[in-house]
Amino acid sequence: MTTSVTEMRTTGFGPALWRALKSFGLLRESWVGMVGVFLVVFWVLVAIFAPLLAPFDPNASIQPFAGLGAVSAKGGTFWLGTDHIGRDILSRIIWGSRTVLIYAPLATFSAYFVGILMGLAAGYRGGWVDDVLSRIADIILSFPVLVLYIIIIATIGASGFNIIIAITFASSPGIMRIVRGLVLDLRNRDYVAAAQTRGESDWRVMLVEILPNARGPLIVDACLRLGYVIITIGVLGFLGLGLPPPDPDWGGMVNETRQMAMAFPHMTLFPCIAISTLILGFNLLADGLREISLRD
Amino acid sequence: MNQDQTPVLVCKDLCISYYTRAGEIPAVVDFSLTVLPGETIGIVGESGCGKSTVAMAIMQYMGANGGIKSGSITFKGRDLTQLSEDQLRRIRGSEIAMIYQEPFASLNPSLKIKTQLMEVPLAHENISKDEARRRAVEMLSDVKLPDPERLMESYPHQLSGGQQQRVVIAMGLLSNPSLLLLDEPTTALDVTVEAGIVKLVADISKKYGTSQIYISHNLGLILETCDRVFVMYSGEVVEEGTIDSLFTWPRHPYTHGLFACIPLPTADKHAAPLKPIRGQLPLPFERPRGCYYHPRCDHFKPGLCDREHIKMEHVEDSAADHRVRCLRYKEIDHHLLKPSDEVKEPIALGKRVLNVDGMKKYYEVRDSSLRALFSGKRIRYVKANEELNFTAQEGETVAIVGESGCGKSTFAKVLMGLESGTDGEVRHKGKDISEVAVRDRSDKQISSLQMVFQNPFDTLNPSHGVGGQLSRVIKKFGGETDKKKIFERVMTLLDTVKLPRDFYYRKPRQLSGGQKQRVGIARAFAGNPSMVIADEPISALDVSVAAAVTELLTDIQREHKTTLLFISHDLSVVRYLADRIVVMYLGHILERGTTEQVFDPPYHPYTEALLSAVPIADPEVTKREIVLEGNLPSAMNPPKGCPFCTRCHRRIGEICDIEMPPDREVVDRHVIKCHIPIEELSKIGPVIIVPDESERIHATKSE
Repeated sequence: MTTSVTEMRTTGFGPALWRALKSFGLLRESWVGMVGVFLVVFWVLVAIFAPLLAPFDPNASIQPFAGLGAVSAKGGTFWLGTDHIGRDILSRIIWGSRTVLIYAPLATFSAYFVGILMGLAAGYRGGWVDDVLSRIADIILSFPVLVLYIIIIATIGASGFNIIIAITFASSPGIMRIVRGLVLDLRNRDYVAAAQTRGESDWRVMLVEILPNARGPLIVDACLRLGYVIITIGVLGFLGLGLPPPDPDWGGMVNETRQMAMAFPHMTLFPCIAISTLILGFNLLADGLREISLRD
Repeated sequence: MNQDQTPVLVCKDLCISYYTRAGEIPAVVDFSLTVLPGETIGIVGESGCGKSTVAMAIMQYMGANGGIKSGSITFKGRDLTQLSEDQLRRIRGSEIAMIYQEPFASLNPSLKIKTQLMEVPLAHENISKDEARRRAVEMLSDVKLPDPERLMESYPHQLSGGQQQRVVIAMGLLSNPSLLLLDEPTTALDVTVEAGIVKLVADISKKYGTSQIYISHNLGLILETCDRVFVMYSGEVVEEGTIDSLFTWPRHPYTHGLFACIPLPTADKHAAPLKPIRGQLPLPFERPRGCYYHPRCDHFKPGLCDREHIKMEHVEDSAADHRVRCLRYKEIDHHLLKPSDEVKEPIALGKRVLNVDGMKKYYEVRDSSLRALFSGKRIRYVKANEELNFTAQEGETVAIVGESGCGKSTFAKVLMGLESGTDGEVRHKGKDISEVAVRDRSDKQISSLQMVFQNPFDTLNPSHGVGGQLSRVIKKFGGETDKKKIFERVMTLLDTVKLPRDFYYRKPRQLSGGQKQRVGIARAFAGNPSMVIADEPISALDVSVAAAVTELLTDIQREHKTTLLFISHDLSVVRYLADRIVVMYLGHILERGTTEQVFDPPYHPYTEALLSAVPIADPEVTKREIVLEGNLPSAMNPPKGCPFCTRCHRRIGEICDIEMPPDREVVDRHVIKCHIPIEELSKIGPVIIVPDESERIHATKSE
């Protein structure tokens, strides 16, 4: 028979774990994807071990305008210098990674939750449901995103939770469009008809029969979108609409020090590098995933 | 015609491999072929046997991971494997042309036909635009396309599938190539359209002296188009010979197996059932030692067939060029085994299960154009089903036959409750279900009316395991909640469809097409349905797999006394399988009756044309040739009178265009919808004439 070794293993125990390992194995063949994995894993580890890695309290004002590698009077080195209030930049970047890596995935997840439900309903039910949802999406998408964020945050106030709401509101229409397109194709498959003809409920057809088959493009898009959301959080911080001070926030760090950027470039440069490497990581990861998904 | 007998193409000991991450995959092994001028060569085999790879190799268009390992391809004295990319480009399209399976994918949708046709001579020859245009128009009329001047100005989407394929063939012929490769050119087309294309292809070599290589999985088509045929199995040719010799005296057990899988007019589902080839095609890297076919062969002899790679051999005392790759061909007496000795009990028909009475299904189409607004015709109707009347009994197989767009799938949708009927009644076990949507039906009603779908690659959800999908059906229909009992039921279901029990743990992507279709059948029969609708369940499968699935369906049907509503466009399968036939055209039933009544005169003219279009893989069966002109009219704008009047070859006059023909009853329940009186239709002779078993050549000539 055609049963090969890999098939035996897939059908044996822990198929989910095996599959995850196998797709990682495939990803390993794409060096672009591996660079992405490395960057993302690096920042995730930094965020997890922030208390151990950060040499100073990120909010403590110690010694203003210290340069790279300056030695603190109380002991310890400011490897990346300090800002105008005297806070250690390295420690703030390390702690700031937590902000980004908590709020960006949460916001992306919540945007996906709403976007997928809207997209499934619009694509599967069609008719007036589709008309109403698509028009709502069109209206939201017709605003410049930045204006939308400013309006929302200005109305409901700046806080972590409100950032999630703003991002969900602004990006779920785009996700809905993608899901809707995928569903329009998938709903004509025979297995969907088979489910319908055995009298399955609409929700079951949408969530069990259709959604799992749309996962490929959605996972790639989620990685890219995670990158955009990180940019967004940075931009919000830069505009002063991010997390309320004094908690470290990469975008906020750039904003607070940008007037001094000519004199003290290290104050803005390093937070910027942090933001770009993380975004680059997610983008490369998405590229890698797309590469392997196209291959099989 | 070219009388020069130097061969156009010689392939010698060709071995072609693909190189993948899994290693080298030998796609074609030890392939030799000679094409003489004006000759048409047929290559036949099941999917994965390497027939398209051969065509690609001849074009030297293998992709990055394919390569010719050894052997040579000599085209008019030049070895194609040694030519540079630039030299090849000059040969492709001008001296060797290729025609692919799907015409709509071969034409560029954003360019006019004229641009695409004129491009061919302009690219290869140094001629003026006017000259190119003149030739293109000429070629369009040569491939029997009406109004070539108008066609030149149209875009591909404005043409029907058959017209598109004719344009593609015209494009291939424009630079007057010496060799034309046709890779399943009619597989995507309807039977009556196919008949036209086949006739055209057969005429080409006569008219232009073009040599052709015709690749197909259909032995009947090969018989109608080719001079010589190559049968391929698992990457190698197992038998080659002239059409007459190979079809009359096939030598290789695989060729025999193929013939036993095709529902020839002599097959009968009770007395002489199809004999599927057991087992499956081996994967290219898992080919057995010795004869590749030996694990599936009934004549396998251990120690002989599984030793060394077998060479092609001339068949003794046969036509000069009949060659076979079998060590035992002389010893095997195929007559002893043929026809299948198995006899199956006919099913006793029970009470009426389905009663379709004047069923209509119209789709509303809203026209929002300005013109529609002024003329007041805002809403137009697509009449998908018009006045359907027929019945089906318990245990009966009723076939609905027709070309694409005739409304057969719409009817299935109404029956399944995915659409609701516009008018009339569909009574299933006495209850009208035509307007009851599936969500309003009781579980019992749903489970007693199930469906087998067409596309095996689409019928199972790729994200869920086989076991899970079957369990869900049992949970839904059986009301079973106990996990162990459900598991047991799934196991019995897998046994019923003759799949190994460990398929429970498989994912659909690990299954072959035939296996998927078996799971689809298991799913349909899970709730012990009283009626199953099978929508072209075997049209996407290979012949040997199709035979196995057909036999499986009839076996389960026999066991469960299920009514089978078999939707198909393939009349040879229908003849084999069905007890009663309903012939549909443009939403109307044109003829209905028992299988014998429909296949024998009097015919409806459309049935007559359909019968004539069926390719039959038996050289001794004679057919009357009827090729339909024109296209299927749009269902939005059907003819006022008889729906078939635009293409009918027996049109009797104006009455056909104006008035809907009456239903004329020939005998009880054999109804023909035609203006021509029955007496007149009865005078027409049969389309297919099958010789008596005693008159056959292979029976008279002892070997």
